[in-house]
Amino acid sequence: MALNILIGGAAGQGIDTTATILEHVLKHAGYYVYTIRDFMSRVRGGHNFILIRFGPERITSHSDKIDCLVAFNEETILLHTSQLSDRGIILCDASHKTDDKRAIQVDMAGIAKELGNPRVFGSIAVGAILQIFTLDMGHVADVFEKHVPKAAFAVNLEAAKRGFACVMPRLSEPSGDDRHFITISGNQALCLGALASDIRFYSAYPMSPSTSIMEFLAEHGKSCDVVVEQAEDEIAAINMAIGASFTGVRAMTGTSGGGFCLMVEALGLSGIAEIPLVICDIQRPGPATGLPTRTEQSDLKFVVSAAQGEFPRMVIALRSHKDAFEQTVRAFRLAERYRIPVILLSDQYLADSTTTLEPFKLTEEMSVREANENQMISATTPKESKFDNGYRNYQLTTDGITPRIYPGHEVFFAAADSDEHDELGHLTESGEVRRQMMDKRMRKLDKLKQELIEPLLIGSPEYETLLLGWGSMQGPLEEAIALLDKENPGKVSALVFGDIFPLPVQKLQLLAPTAKRLINVEQNATGQLAGLIREYTGIACHAGILKYDGRQLSGEEICSRLKEEVLV
Amino acid sequence: MSSNNHTDLVAGNVRESLFDTYETAWCPGCGDHIILRCLQRALTELDKNPHEVLLVAGIGQAAKIPQYISANAFSGLHGRALPAAVAAKIANEKLTVIVSSGDGDSYGEGGNHFIHNIRRNVDITHFVHDNQIYGLTKGQASPTSQKGHVTPVQVHGNINIPLNPMLVALAMGAGFVARGFTGDPDQLVSLMKQAITFKGYALLDILQPCVSFNKINTLNDYKTRAQPLPTDYDCSDYNLALKTAQEIGEKIPTGILYRVEKATFHEQHATLSFGEPLVKRPFTLTAVGNVMAELV
Repeated sequence: MALNILIGGAAGQGIDTTATILEHVLKHAGYYVYTIRDFMSRVRGGHNFILIRFGPERITSHSDKIDCLVAFNEETILLHTSQLSDRGIILCDASHKTDDKRAIQVDMAGIAKELGNPRVFGSIAVGAILQIFTLDMGHVADVFEKHVPKAAFAVNLEAAKRGFACVMPRLSEPSGDDRHFITISGNQALCLGALASDIRFYSAYPMSPSTSIMEFLAEHGKSCDVVVEQAEDEIAAINMAIGASFTGVRAMTGTSGGGFCLMVEALGLSGIAEIPLVICDIQRPGPATGLPTRTEQSDLKFVVSAAQGEFPRMVIALRSHKDAFEQTVRAFRLAERYRIPVILLSDQYLADSTTTLEPFKLTEEMSVREANENQMISATTPKESKFDNGYRNYQLTTDGITPRIYPGHEVFFAAADSDEHDELGHLTESGEVRRQMMDKRMRKLDKLKQELIEPLLIGSPEYETLLLGWGSMQGPLEEAIALLDKENPGKVSALVFGDIFPLPVQKLQLLAPTAKRLINVEQNATGQLAGLIREYTGIACHAGILKYDGRQLSGEEICSRLKEEVLV
Repeated sequence: MSSNNHTDLVAGNVRESLFDTYETAWCPGCGDHIILRCLQRALTELDKNPHEVLLVAGIGQAAKIPQYISANAFSGLHGRALPAAVAAKIANEKLTVIVSSGDGDSYGEGGNHFIHNIRRNVDITHFVHDNQIYGLTKGQASPTSQKGHVTPVQVHGNINIPLNPMLVALAMGAGFVARGFTGDPDQLVSLMKQAITFKGYALLDILQPCVSFNKINTLNDYKTRAQPLPTDYDCSDYNLALKTAQEIGEKIPTGILYRVEKATFHEQHATLSFGEPLVKRPFTLTAVGNVMAELV
């Protein structure tokens, strides 16, 4: 069982800092923690809230049912009281008008004023929350030390103590044992994967919800030998990353759908020039500017087909925080092995949510380069002209993969061309060479398909209904299956795609015929996964649970909509 | 290695070059031939090793130049040579990175990158083959086309104000701003050499005739207008440079309008200001471990 806290208020009131402190205190108290941030696209005012869920067992998604509603303003009480659970309570300021019997009113503004710093409102709330949940103040000082400026440490600690003393214990939850775990967001997990893969260059243009990738890598750029460059636009960002990769360093760019639109021509450059590249598309609702700070899974069909012409590419949808780390490592390896662009498809829900996890296993192997090292190339082909010194940048090989060199090689020249080119990399208009080069590039997919990861089956293999999802829907689907199993064990299972293009079809083709119903569960309006599955397998879903209001489906919501819309 | 086949186009003795040139697809009489030949001379006279040279271009007639000389070559997308070039220099500062491309590629499609890469001041060289017309697409106006120039698209004459690359570069804070002319190859070689050795972003705009599509700015037109700056010209005087840059009329000054070295991108960058080139640095797993440890 997990408990759920909602902290709500206006932008600029400090709810994010309060939530960060609380997540860390709860983690140190031994809980698993899962947090989502629902922010408006504004710096001041409006209504923002954060959901912090914690408990003794692993938590994979958020819940909309609130056990403790922490209101920084009255609006929060009005907006969220209806979400309170049976045991739910409200913690708010004494000045807030409410006649709700579940409200615990504390003069937080008054105490803050007494302490001479209105900014400590949140720390008073942290103390009160700990007391309400029958926790102690043991870890608060450690966490403040890390997350509060030195000058404000003492007053914040005092504030928390005052808040703690103002209320009585109301709820409790046994704790687990993950004190040594890391607290990490989806985007940070992706960054750690990139750092472990020896990324040296990241270029991007700020765009929610991808910007935190650039910020995290920039923060650690000096210690990890990474150059993070804020480009003048997304076109520059991707062309820079391609230029850096061509020169021999592992490079990545990242954006959201709108920025990806600008990158599309260069995606094809990576394809035809066979320059490895990892591109992160952290999705948000479109089209155009859409809903900048919210979530959606609506770029799938776009990224699998973006750019003119045909070239091999891979798209990996990130399913969880741990998966974000692991797949980023794999993306760098596959991009380099096949000399292709690899797109990591994440979304605001995964990118901005934080969770507690066992630290990732870091190995030297993650940074090891594919067999493309300059020194591994030797002159093996006969020279055909004085400009042919024996190495061909685009040599026709049986698997389509040509070993790569970088500029600066002592004997050979590196060449890349966005035009169709011959083996040396020189522009050609020969129909025969064109056909050979197209075949060479597309041939790489044959080998790539052999190392695709099949989708993950969640639940019993004896299902009646099989839910199909992809990417970050994994967490909510895990929760949904667990909830459904309690009511009616084994009837509903889920199949979640991570590798999504080329679409791995074997497991799906095996499992789909045994289901009475196939239901796609997606955060978009048109059922893009269902469409892709139908295109590549002919398998059609019977119905879809789709959501496109920018708010993530929860496990509870999947269950209720399944019952209301499908199993009727 | 052997020499090349355009010796006759450029006056002066050329010593044996490590840089070979290819047969080109340019029109006879095109200024691009001279630029290629001068580039070969400049690199040779600077004792550059072809393996340490990276030529970068976008798309256009001029942008074919990396295909025609024996060095590392990156022929990217239209307008996008600069982002790829600066990133290559960031990845490996040991490379001599030269963008050599046209006025459409550099100032039109790539205008945003032109502006912002001056601000970055990465130590690369930018040669712009400026023939004031689009050649590859057969004769439409370029950003530098004169007012009134009639083309198949600007059928009533170009009504847009021509872009002044010298003024833009100066306004953005470029440290090396120069103009050459294919009709004066010795000066052009000298300017190329100074641009390549300049520490920081160096712009060399090169006036060149387009024999097929620009019937206004012909070799003769440029010959009557292009005039080398006086020998006593002070190229460290910013205000003088701004004034000189405005002279594009009956006279077009050639030479180095402005040259003042400023702190480069690498010199100021926390990661790049010390140590080996990025591409040569060893991977340290402990650094990544430390980053993760901060998340506990």
